[in-house]
Amino acid sequence: MTQTSSVTLSAVEGRRAQGDRSVERIIADFPILARPTSRGKRLVYLDSAATSQKPRAVIQALVDYYEQYNANIHRGVYEIAQRATDEYERARVKLARFIGAKTSEVVWVRNTTEAINLVAYSWGDQHVTSGDAILLTELEHHSDLVPWQLLAQRTGAELRFIPVDARGIHVLDDLDRLLDGCKLVAISHASNTLGTIAPLETIIPRAHAAGAVVLVDGAQGAPHLPLDVKALDADFYAFSGHKMLGPTGIGCLYGKREILEAMPPFLSGGDMIRKVEYTRTTFADPPRRFEAGTSNIADAIALGVAADYLSALGMPWVREHERALTGYALERLSALEPRGLAIYGPRDPERSSGVISFNFADIHPHDLASILDTEGICVRAGHHCTMPLMEKSGWAATARASFYIYNTEADVDALCEGLEKAARVFRI
Amino acid sequence: MDDFYRDYILDHYRSPRNFGTLEQPDAAAEDVNPLCGDQIRVELKLDDGKISDVRFFGKGCAISQASTSMLLESVKGMKLADVAKLPKDAVLENVGIGISPTRMKCAMLGLRVLKSAAIGRLADWPDEE
Repeated sequence: MTQTSSVTLSAVEGRRAQGDRSVERIIADFPILARPTSRGKRLVYLDSAATSQKPRAVIQALVDYYEQYNANIHRGVYEIAQRATDEYERARVKLARFIGAKTSEVVWVRNTTEAINLVAYSWGDQHVTSGDAILLTELEHHSDLVPWQLLAQRTGAELRFIPVDARGIHVLDDLDRLLDGCKLVAISHASNTLGTIAPLETIIPRAHAAGAVVLVDGAQGAPHLPLDVKALDADFYAFSGHKMLGPTGIGCLYGKREILEAMPPFLSGGDMIRKVEYTRTTFADPPRRFEAGTSNIADAIALGVAADYLSALGMPWVREHERALTGYALERLSALEPRGLAIYGPRDPERSSGVISFNFADIHPHDLASILDTEGICVRAGHHCTMPLMEKSGWAATARASFYIYNTEADVDALCEGLEKAARVFRI
Repeated sequence: MDDFYRDYILDHYRSPRNFGTLEQPDAAAEDVNPLCGDQIRVELKLDDGKISDVRFFGKGCAISQASTSMLLESVKGMKLADVAKLPKDAVLENVGIGISPTRMKCAMLGLRVLKSAAIGRLADWPDEE
């Protein structure tokens, strides 16, 4: 650990020891939140479901790697190569602890999408055949849908979907029928469009009883919800670093050891081998079997620092902070419903991961997002990579606000004031 | 950006002109804005190489819908060859004030689709020519 980042981290840990997790002090750890927009507005960042902001300690970890010990890993015998290898593997230990896994069960990938593709090709092509079923939900992000469509096309398997009701809540009435003949269940921990938290504790045991393997798309889970993959009993858990304070280009695939050991490689090349001859190769054990080529070293190390930061705050605190903020936002936004605000997704913050989708009267969400942008408020607008869900729900597009550890009630108030401005601009 | 949403823009957004479809169009094209999924279809009726009637159909943001509605008000009687040469300013003269770079594609979608209908294949983005 470098001097600068360990100082910052121990400050966080010190605060935690004192029971001080004031959001003002968290905000001070994020340089970007102190930068006004070009119009001189305070940055009100409500798009953490797309990507989170990064604390200084994470940014510093990247700088430290490149300034102090930039070297390739797993091969060099010199000092900085050893340090790079140590920090990289230490980061894997941190991520394993963060999700409750063994170190050997954490595979570095670029992001959730790559993790899911790895499973679809490596595990899927080996196990899924014609006549099998793959069970998804109607909420899935394209990244947890398209790879399974391609697997189904390659193998002749059938895609099935757990339906959701008008509020985006999973309907499990037909679960046993849907699981019949099912080889794989792939389900997002929380919906990026509506925030719905999946009832994994119900679905996973029943999927296992039906003989299916379960992959959880944790892109919106790991950053926001306390997580123990062993207690959850997920077979695979995929997540991205950049949505949990880490850099882009790094993420993790958790897989149960015995499942990973039986899987063939996904990509092949350097660093994933045990022995190579001209005409054949013996592959390394997991996780390195799945990490071909030079890894994203700096970003993996920085993601370890991000996991430290979240662990110091405590994921139960993170969840409670977001739950409370979502409750406050739902309450404030509901006051605009008589004027044409439509709020989608769960109305109970217990069932939502801190994401609120909405539309306002006849203002297209892209126009809404542009007007909010003039006030420094960042929201997403569009189909949120869930086009089938939008089509089923009859929404052309929605605006989406999503919260994280650095958001406050003042941000929600700013959003509501921004919506008032949009109403004025559109003469509503 | 909020400067953009002037009364006449909102009027074209809420009451688009030449909105709908033609019985038997002589030329037509449609496209989607990759940024936000806005959709525009333009249908043309031709008479001796000139546009005699026009309709558009679409859904999307105020910028794409109002830009298209205003653009099409001025194309009746135009030769197809001239339509194919319309520059981005044909739109920006109507709606240019306050459009941010991230929304330029919304403003250009209707012009792109109109030019596509005129040349019989997907035209380049007018702002990238």
